[in-house]
Amino acid sequence: MADHAQAEPHTLAPHQQHQFETMEQQQETSTLGMWAFLVTEVMFFGGLFGAYTVYRYLYPQAFSAASHHLNYIIGAINTGVLIGSSMTMALAVRAAQLGNRRSQVVFLLLTIVLGSTFLGIKVVEYHDKFVHHLVPGANFRFEGPRESQIFFSLYFAMTGMHAVHMIIGIGMLSTLTVLAWRGNFSSQYYTPVELGGLYWHFVDIVWIYLFPLLYLIRGG
Amino acid sequence: MSEHVVPFKIYAVIFATLLLLTLVTVDVATYNFGMMNIYVALAVATTKATLVILYFMHVRYAPALVAVFAAAGFVWLLLLLTFALSDFLTRGWIVGFMG
Amino acid sequence: MKTSHALAEDPGSAPQEFNYLNADYGVRSWLLTIDHKRIAILYLVMITIMFSIGGLFATALRIELLTPTGDFVQADTYNKLFTMHGVVMIFFFLIPSIPAVLGNFLLPLMLGARDLAFPRINLLSWYIYIVGAIFGTYAIIAGGVDTGWTFYTPYSTSSSQTQVIPTVLAGFIVGFSSILTGLNFIVTTHKMRAPGLTWFRLPLFVWAIYATSLIQMLATPVLAITLVLLLLERGLHIGIFDPNLGGDPVLFQHLFWFYSHPAVYIMILPGMGVISEIVTCFSRNQIFGYKFICFSSLGIAAIGFLVWGHHLFVSGQSVYAGVLFSLLSYLVAIPSAIKVFNWTATLYKGRISWQTPMLYVFGFIGLFTIGGLTGLFLAAIGLDVHLTDTYFVIAHFHYIMVGGAIMGYLGGLHYWWPKITGRLYPEFWAKIACAIIFLGFNLTFFPQFLLGYMGMPRRYHAYPPEFQVLNVMSTAGASILGIGYFLPIVYLIWSMRYGPKASSNPWNATGLEWQTPSPPPTHNFDRVPVVTQEAYDYPAMERNVG
Repeated sequence: MADHAQAEPHTLAPHQQHQFETMEQQQETSTLGMWAFLVTEVMFFGGLFGAYTVYRYLYPQAFSAASHHLNYIIGAINTGVLIGSSMTMALAVRAAQLGNRRSQVVFLLLTIVLGSTFLGIKVVEYHDKFVHHLVPGANFRFEGPRESQIFFSLYFAMTGMHAVHMIIGIGMLSTLTVLAWRGNFSSQYYTPVELGGLYWHFVDIVWIYLFPLLYLIRGG
Repeated sequence: MSEHVVPFKIYAVIFATLLLLTLVTVDVATYNFGMMNIYVALAVATTKATLVILYFMHVRYAPALVAVFAAAGFVWLLLLLTFALSDFLTRGWIVGFMG
Repeated sequence: MKTSHALAEDPGSAPQEFNYLNADYGVRSWLLTIDHKRIAILYLVMITIMFSIGGLFATALRIELLTPTGDFVQADTYNKLFTMHGVVMIFFFLIPSIPAVLGNFLLPLMLGARDLAFPRINLLSWYIYIVGAIFGTYAIIAGGVDTGWTFYTPYSTSSSQTQVIPTVLAGFIVGFSSILTGLNFIVTTHKMRAPGLTWFRLPLFVWAIYATSLIQMLATPVLAITLVLLLLERGLHIGIFDPNLGGDPVLFQHLFWFYSHPAVYIMILPGMGVISEIVTCFSRNQIFGYKFICFSSLGIAAIGFLVWGHHLFVSGQSVYAGVLFSLLSYLVAIPSAIKVFNWTATLYKGRISWQTPMLYVFGFIGLFTIGGLTGLFLAAIGLDVHLTDTYFVIAHFHYIMVGGAIMGYLGGLHYWWPKITGRLYPEFWAKIACAIIFLGFNLTFFPQFLLGYMGMPRRYHAYPPEFQVLNVMSTAGASILGIGYFLPIVYLIWSMRYGPKASSNPWNATGLEWQTPSPPPTHNFDRVPVVTQEAYDYPAMERNVG
């Protein structure tokens, strides 16, 4: 049925897990695993995009009227901030690939700062909505089509779920920063930084779609 | 995924392009193209997303399997959107039917 | 010619000194294990418990349905009973069953790997399942939920006064267990195959698990977000499914069934994989149409994503969308039919033996075919208008889920029991139990086809008196079925201590899992195997034996 390979001693390299034959297999497998997870995240957010698509199709005027209450300048600035954080994240991965400990830490910290800035701006926006009675629920008051409440429901659900992912991402980045500071990563082993980068870029991509769909509905 | 180290210049170009496309999408939104607005916005967003995926996420330098995984997610999302829309878009087709 | 199915102890193989069961002792070594084989056992224990709980709910239902009026329970309680029966059986038993038990145990062995790609995520999956189960148990104890396992709005979001939130949280949480298991299996199959084990040399069980895992990964997240929206609607009244604000309850149904239809393929595909393994071994034949079965598994997974609207035929969905979904529902039957033809063709000119796993195979093929054909009845919109929400639907899906999936699970459990435990189960009692299950099952569910066609609606505790005879038959069948399910629990546990010790390959089967001792050592293989032969090369094996 099957021959058996020559008995090779199964010694493990530093950071190599027992189920893998080589570090290369481990790194490729881990990266594929993160991509698989991101696919599930696409479908997770996808349900919200599905609801958005249906209701925007059904109620274009209500959506447009509601969207005008979002400050698109702030949204655009936030988009720039997040794209910047993606840039710094990519540079952090690059620094890890090159074995540059200091640059890794600096770029990871910058990413955390930019990500936190994004969240800070969102807090300001949410507060503004709350003050203007635009949070769906018992206190919702809106001068316009009643279906606009659905827009705001989706606004909070989508940006809220996005913010949750960012908070988790910042937590993950903080852990990576500490590990990078301790010199855990090298050009031979930087997989956790790479995986963290993939996750962070995904969160950026979600926002790349959210911004125009929520902030930039003009006309019909 | 890649052992390949992406040059700093490429990252810088992509970053600048992404910022530029953000400005483009804001500007385009101020014009009223009617139904086209949403498609233009989605096209710009998809371009930005593609750049992030290819360069920041290294798919350009990764084995084909990774690209298949990435594409599969978006294809599957499209299936959800189109088939769900097939209901709502066609509800009004029957004359006299109360949608 | 020598009989090649040695059930008696094989004196040629010494009992394994160190295997995964005795490698380490103590509760901590089990609860903190990362060995896929131990995690499979952890799942086996949990889903057996969950199956029993779901069975208790079913028992209560069937007792109530002995009489046309509400004698045993009233309507409110009855609604809770069928809801909890569905929630427990689907989310906590059927969806995990074969993947989490047999898939976890066998996938690395079948691939010639030492473990899954992500052993710690595997353990995390089990703990997530436990947390979900705790929420579900709390919901039951705190009074239960009465919305139906489908949680349709607006009843679930506005009107129901029962434990909706804990139950929905339970479903949300346990979904992540399913997602992570699927993720683990997909990546493992891509990256951890032994040298020489190309895709088209893989056992068909692996193909089935792979297709199942695709569904788990792509569909379950949509359920997760849908349940989040349900919770937000119920808790905060955000208005997304509220018709007063322009929300559409049918949108909930679209989002819910986008997952829940593919979910039924999560439940049946692994069983089909088991059948492919057993039917070849017990007919000593190469599988008929190997590649057809591979692509059929993928086809079922893919097309299965495009049929969910057949659950919405009478919901107010556009009839044009209905036609599209109806057409695709007919299409998805084709790959299933191909598999049934291929398994049957595999029997041709085979040397068939009638051990318990093979009995479950025959049960599966017959009952799954009936269940599948009745699905075609329901896929026709005109017929569905008459049959939807009747007992015809209930009979249809129980033929597939119980007559199909559970028989596949039990067949697989018996087939691989010697590998998992190192012991042989008692063949006599296993055959008895299988016969009782088959009899009890048909007596329970065939009358329900008749009841449904005659118009008895589902989810009602009372019914017109002319339906009583068939209902009594159904409940009698359910009692017999319960006995049939109880027997394996007894004799399988008994066999773990008193059963004859098994050799590494008591069935003389092909497949890498039979190349290790029974039970396997923790690391599975002393040396990484190199594969040089095609799958199911029984003809070559028979030539060597004879």
